[in-house]
Formats: sequence, C-alpha cells, structure tokens
Amino acid sequence: MGMFALKTQLPAYLRDEQARIEEFAKQFGLDYFPTVFEVLSYDQMNEIAAYGGFPTRYPHWRFGMEYEQLSKSHEYGLSKIYEMVINNNPSIAYLLEGNSMVDQKLVMCHVLGHVDFFKNNFAFSVTDQGRDPKDGGSVRKWVDTMANHGAVVRRWSRRVGIERVEELIDHCLSLENLIDPQQPFAPVKEPIGPLASLADEDETPEEPSLLRVERDYMESFINPEEFVQAQKQQLAEEQEQAKRFPDAPVRDVLGFLVENAPLDAWERDVLSVVRREAYYFLPQMQTKIMNEGWASYWHSKLMTERVADGSEILDYADRNAGVMQVSGGRLNPYKLGVELMRYVEDRWNKGKFGKEWEDCDDYDSRRAWDRRTGLGREKIFQVRKLYTDVTFIDEFLTPDFVRDNKMYAFGYNPRNDRWEIETRQFQEVKQKLLFQLTNAGNPIIRVLDANHGNRGELLLEHDHQGIDLRLDWVREVLAAVHRIWKRPVEVHTIVGKRPTSLRFDGRDHSDKPR
Amino acid sequence: MSLKIDQDHSRFRAIVRGKIRQNLRRYVSQGELMGKQGKEVVSIPIPQIDIPRFRFQDKEMGGVGQGEGDPGDPLSQPGQEGEGEGKKAGEGEGDHVLEVDVTLDELADILGEELELPNIDTRGKATIVDKKDRYVGIRNVGPNSLRHFKRTYKTALKRQIALGSYDGRRPVIVPTRDDLRFRSWRTDQEPVANAVIIYMMDVSGSMGDEQKEIVRIESFWIDAWLRRQYEGIETRFIIHDAVAREVDRDTFFRTRESGGTMISSAYKICSQMIEDEYPASEWNIYPFHFSDGDNWSVDDTLLCVELLKEKIIPASNMFCYGQVESPYGSGQFIKDLREHFGGEESLITSEIRDRDAIIGSIRDFLGKGK
Repeated sequence: MGMFALKTQLPAYLRDEQARIEEFAKQFGLDYFPTVFEVLSYDQMNEIAAYGGFPTRYPHWRFGMEYEQLSKSHEYGLSKIYEMVINNNPSIAYLLEGNSMVDQKLVMCHVLGHVDFFKNNFAFSVTDQGRDPKDGGSVRKWVDTMANHGAVVRRWSRRVGIERVEELIDHCLSLENLIDPQQPFAPVKEPIGPLASLADEDETPEEPSLLRVERDYMESFINPEEFVQAQKQQLAEEQEQAKRFPDAPVRDVLGFLVENAPLDAWERDVLSVVRREAYYFLPQMQTKIMNEGWASYWHSKLMTERVADGSEILDYADRNAGVMQVSGGRLNPYKLGVELMRYVEDRWNKGKFGKEWEDCDDYDSRRAWDRRTGLGREKIFQVRKLYTDVTFIDEFLTPDFVRDNKMYAFGYNPRNDRWEIETRQFQEVKQKLLFQLTNAGNPIIRVLDANHGNRGELLLEHDHQGIDLRLDWVREVLAAVHRIWKRPVEVHTIVGKRPTSLRFDGRDHSDKPR
Repeated sequence: MSLKIDQDHSRFRAIVRGKIRQNLRRYVSQGELMGKQGKEVVSIPIPQIDIPRFRFQDKEMGGVGQGEGDPGDPLSQPGQEGEGEGKKAGEGEGDHVLEVDVTLDELADILGEELELPNIDTRGKATIVDKKDRYVGIRNVGPNSLRHFKRTYKTALKRQIALGSYDGRRPVIVPTRDDLRFRSWRTDQEPVANAVIIYMMDVSGSMGDEQKEIVRIESFWIDAWLRRQYEGIETRFIIHDAVAREVDRDTFFRTRESGGTMISSAYKICSQMIEDEYPASEWNIYPFHFSDGDNWSVDDTLLCVELLKEKIIPASNMFCYGQVESPYGSGQFIKDLREHFGGEESLITSEIRDRDAIIGSIRDFLGKGK
C-alpha cells in the first residue's frame, strides 16, 4: 500500500466532507469499518479495477486483459468507474481524480453503505481472518493477504518459470467456481482415523452370506445358483461402497484437490491461492443485489436528506438516475436491490405482514393497509444482517412487486432464433431468478469417487437441475481437472435428457450414455 | 509512471499475438483487417479469451428482465443475459469479440514469424549516409542560445550555498561565468536504406472486382512487411490496359477500364521512373506487377521481356509478377516469363488462384530475403 498511501492522500476538502458524511451515517445507525478513501487518476483506477480493487495481486495475464478493456472503454468514453471499495478492515475505497464534488459525495455515501454491509452481513463473516485481541473486531487484512499471494506466486514463478505457473493458474481458474458456499459454516471435521478399507486389506475375503445347509444334497435347493450370485453381487457392492473415497460427495472440489491431488509444492500453493481468493469473493457474488441495493438506499437517503445542498441536488438526481437506469430490459442489481429494500421498509412501516395481512385478499383494503407499525428501518437493518440474495428474493419478492416493477422472465426461442419475453407470471419469474442466484449461478458439481473403477480416476457428478452444461467448456474443464489430478477424469451429467458420462483420459475426450 | 499492471498487460499482449498468428491465414484471406486500418494501428477482432468453467448453457438458461413488452416479444438485444444475477459482467457469454489494437510493425513481425520470412539484405545501405545531431550532454562553454537554464541555476545555487552567500529570506541567485552550462551535441552518422515499391496492375476488362481485391489484400501485406524492413519507403502506382499511367493509391484500386492489354506500356513507365528518380545505386527497388496473364500480342510480350532484361531487373532488388486467375484471362504471360527467365533469381512469379492462395504468394515474393 505504501506507494498509494503516499501519493493518493485525500485532499483536505474531501477529508472534511468524509467526516461530515460519516457523522450523518452514524446518526442513521450505520455501523462500518474505518474507511480509507484514496484519490486515483484514471489509469491507476483502471489498473486497480483490473486487479479487482486490490493494489497487488498475483501476476496473471487476465488482469492485463481486464485492464486493456477498461482503458479502452474509458478512452472511447463508454464507461467510467465511479466507485470501488474492498472488503477489508479498514476498508479501502477509491475516488476518481477530477470527478465533480457531487460525484465524490455520492460515492462516499454509497461506499459507507457497502462497508456497513461488509461488516454486518453474516455471509461476509467467512472473510474474517480472526478477532482483534484488543477490541474483538474482525480482522480482515485481505490487502495484505492478496499481496502475500502475489509474493508466493511470484516466488514460484522465479523458481519454475512464469509460463508454467501461468499455465497452471489458467487451469486452476477453470475450477474456481467449484467451491462449497456452505463449507465455511460447517462444523469442524473430526480428525480422520485410519481408513477402514485399508485396515482389513489382507484379511481373508468375506464369504457371501448363504443360508445354513444341514445336508449337502440340499445345497442346490436351499442356496440355488441365482441366490448365490445375487448375494455375491451384493457383497461386492458393499465392499465397493466401503472402499469409496470420499465417503460422501464433496462439493468443495478445489479443497478436495488441494488435499488429495498428487501435486508438487508449487502446484499446491498456486491451487490454494486460487481457492482462498475464490472463497473471499464468494460473499460478494452471493449478495450482489442486496449489497448494491443497501448502498444505493443509503446514498440516496444521505444525499437527499443530509449531504447535498440545493445547488447539487439536480446533478445528484441526474447521476442517480443513470445508476438506476434499466437498459434494454436487463435487470439492474442497483435498481432491483434498492426497490426491494424500500418495499420491505414500507411493508414493515405499515404493518403489511403477519397472518392477518397474508389472509387478506381484498385489493382495496390491501392497498390502503396502514397499521402504523413503523418497524421498517429496524426490519431492513435486520435483513441486511441475515439475508443473502437467494433468501432475500425468496422471502420478499411478491406478486405485487413483480407486477409494479414490470419484471418478466425471458428465454431463447429457437424457432425465431431470438430472445423473447416468456412470461410475467409471478411464480415463473421468481423461480427463474432464484435459479440464477442459487450457488451464484453456477452448476453444482461434486466429487463422487477419487478411485473410480479402482484405477485412481476421478469421478465428478453434476447435480442436474433441469439445465444442461455448456459442453465445449465441460471438455476444457475436464482437461484442467486432469492437469491437476493427473489421472483420467469423468463427470456424470445429463445431456438432452439422457444421463451421460463425459470423460477425458489425458489424450482423448469421450462421451457415453450412462 | 510505470504501473504494476504492465507486466500482466504485456503477457496478455503476447497471448493476443499468438492468437493473431493462429488466425493469420484467415485474416489474410478475408482481408478483414484493412477496413480497420488507422494510421499506425490496426484493430483486430479476436475471439474473447474466456476461462472455461462448468457453466449452464445460455440458451437453456434464459433470465429475468424488467420493462415493457408482452410475452413473445423479442428482447432488444439478443444473446445477453440479465445483468447482475450474482455474476460478474461479461462472464458466461462466449461469443464476445475483443478488439485489439496492433501496430502495423507488430503485424508485419507476426507475418514474418508465421511465414518464416527472412530479413531483407538491403542494398545501397553503405552509400547513403544521413547526418543527425543529437543533444547528448552538458558542457561548460557554448552559445547562449543553448544555455541550460536549470543546470546553470543549480550550479549557481550550489556555489552560493557553499560560499554562504545564499540568503533564504531573499533567495536571489546570480550565476557567474563559471556557473553557465550549455547543452552539447554529437553528430551521428546514420546509414539510411531507401526503398520504393512500384505497384503495377492490369486494369483491363478481364480483371474483375475479386481479382482487384486479391491484389489489394496482397499489397497491404507486402507494404506492411517492406515498411518494417526499411526506414523510409515510397510507394508508386501504375495502372495499365493498352496504355499506362501513374495514379494514386485510391485510383489504383478503383479504376476499371475496358480496353485491351499491353503490358509493355506499364514496364516502360516503370523503367522510366526508375531511371529518372530512383538511381539503382542508392535505392532498393521493388516492382510488383499483377495481371491476369493476358497480353495483346507476342510482340508485346517480347518487348516486355526486353525491358525487364535490360532495364528493370538489373536495377531492382527483385521483380515480382503475380498472376491472378480470372475467368477471362488466358494466363499465358506467366508461362512466357518463366520461359525467358528460367534461371533468373531476381524475377519471381506467383500464381494466385483465389484468396486462400494469397498467403502462399506472399511467401513466394518475400521469402527470398532480397
């Protein structure tokens, strides 16, 4: 951080403004980490944005690609990065040099909303790196952690060559989304004892359990051949089951590979780095709508009620409208988030909840419903603490909201070769939205067997929920898994309603029905 | 300020280079680069480099949107998902195109690598020398017009501080004669290699649009390569049917005449041009001639051969003849040339059947390293 801390110190007038805004934010009950604002020129901004907000990351070409795209769209005037804030304690946020005062104020307000969310939303607790012994606050030194990751990868690059490291990172990134969102909350695993299947390896093979026969000549009558075969098969299956490793399917594929794949030290380090960062970014994927909604709710409240003066309010409104804009019928997480947040606040302010409300189906009385409960603010603070996008949408998206906000579900129509609005039915819209949010929009993949076919091959399964995988990419990902597992890999999925097994043995891809 | 991203950026550029190289044949045969040519750079569309992941098929997935419209209405922009359903922008869409700016020099290098073109052995390098003055240092004497104010000031300041005559409250610095510093220069001798490309093209009725397009694409690459090899390069354009004239680049590719074909007319102008403006001792001369191979008469062909033998070939680094196949041309001329110049190394002929043959033809022409 040194370099930036020196050159990018906040000028006094912005520092005063920050203090003023923070005072207002505290009055409203926002509870955030200390926040450091830095002022960057646009190319510094593009660089940091390319690195996902961090001043230092491990070296990889995709950051360069990101940078190229950002600088280009900046040069062409297509886009401008307004705000960027990273989940760290203290949080670091960036202001663009040369922005107008209104913009800077707006960004500061917005950022404080994000930082409050980082600090309080439970999903972000997985990014805690410990507790501060003095005040018990969260330790989140991710700026340092990312820089350390960079140092680790650079060191290995010098030892084994940047090409090899980068090639491995390419492959690891293909697996980046194979992590388990629940894993950070799982109880601590019991220490692993010796595996049962290894213990009785040398013992005499078990006999299939047959019925007791008193007289030899009765043998074929009591234990007919078919029965013997069936028992034998059952025994074989049981033994197979006992031998299976992992004993239950594992969703944290990356973690499984880190622990069990035959990797060199440098390979294991690189894979671990990619996995840790994937877990760091996960909560942001899980709370995009809520997080942006919450920050927008607060920038709007702070700006209109406290911060902006009369001469600025029009500029603010213009800028805000740009942020909230829904273009081309696509969902805008800022817009959806803030609307839903306000909707929840309004419902709890007017007492539109509980059994009485649920049971009321008279249109007029529902509209005029106001019990003056005034619980709105309290409710949304609770929501920001306990929900993620999936539960937020699942619980608070209502037919009224979908209708008022003109939401629809769209899909591809192969007959017309175009994307079309499919329906405005509440259930379908909601279901589609939830599907996209579940597991941050990623398919659920598990490790089923690490000794598939007793040949040390890796078997993955795709938990098919009605939508097929993109097949050309599946093949490339399998190749990436093979690079790490170093033995043939296979994934069980469904292709066009047929259970299929896709396999890569190091040279060739093959598909076969299962 | 150098940025940390520079290293990653240059790694990315290297990957892009590799991609361009992979797709070079397609870029060449489709000629899609020239439309995007700026002064120094070309924008090249390359498929976005995505990191493959386990993902759902977009078309089955669909999405949720917001706005007007009834079920069955098309979305305004097809093929994109709703933003922000927990996804990073740009993820999950495979067919995005990345436009990358590449300089013409880089492009020429890529062409050179891919076709394994040798660097050109230039002629006349030793004979022409250009003198260039460069400011390289500081000295204590010199004309006032070259006085280095900052350095002078610094020296004076140092001296005054050392002598104790510097007063912080009244910081007046008075340089003495010894404090004066001047810029000094060095004269470098730079050999220059001058080169000229003379393009000649048959624009008679039998050369169609497609044939001209092939010539245009091929000349773009020849230009790029030779420009990379020479510091300053000139290009001249001659069109001919039964008569020839010099034109500018634009006219060269646009003109279409209907008359007959006398190749010698172009060769005459070309040899005249060389004689008048480009003395062979000082210039690297590259005449290129493109035609469909039809010539008016045997006599004219003989005249051409004579012009080539006597005037053009002795003066040129190499003479290149590209014969574009057209449905109307007989394609005789290339045979005549090959017959007369069987063992001549400085005359290169190449037949260009269609666009896919362009790249091979470039290699024929430039592969000799002359």
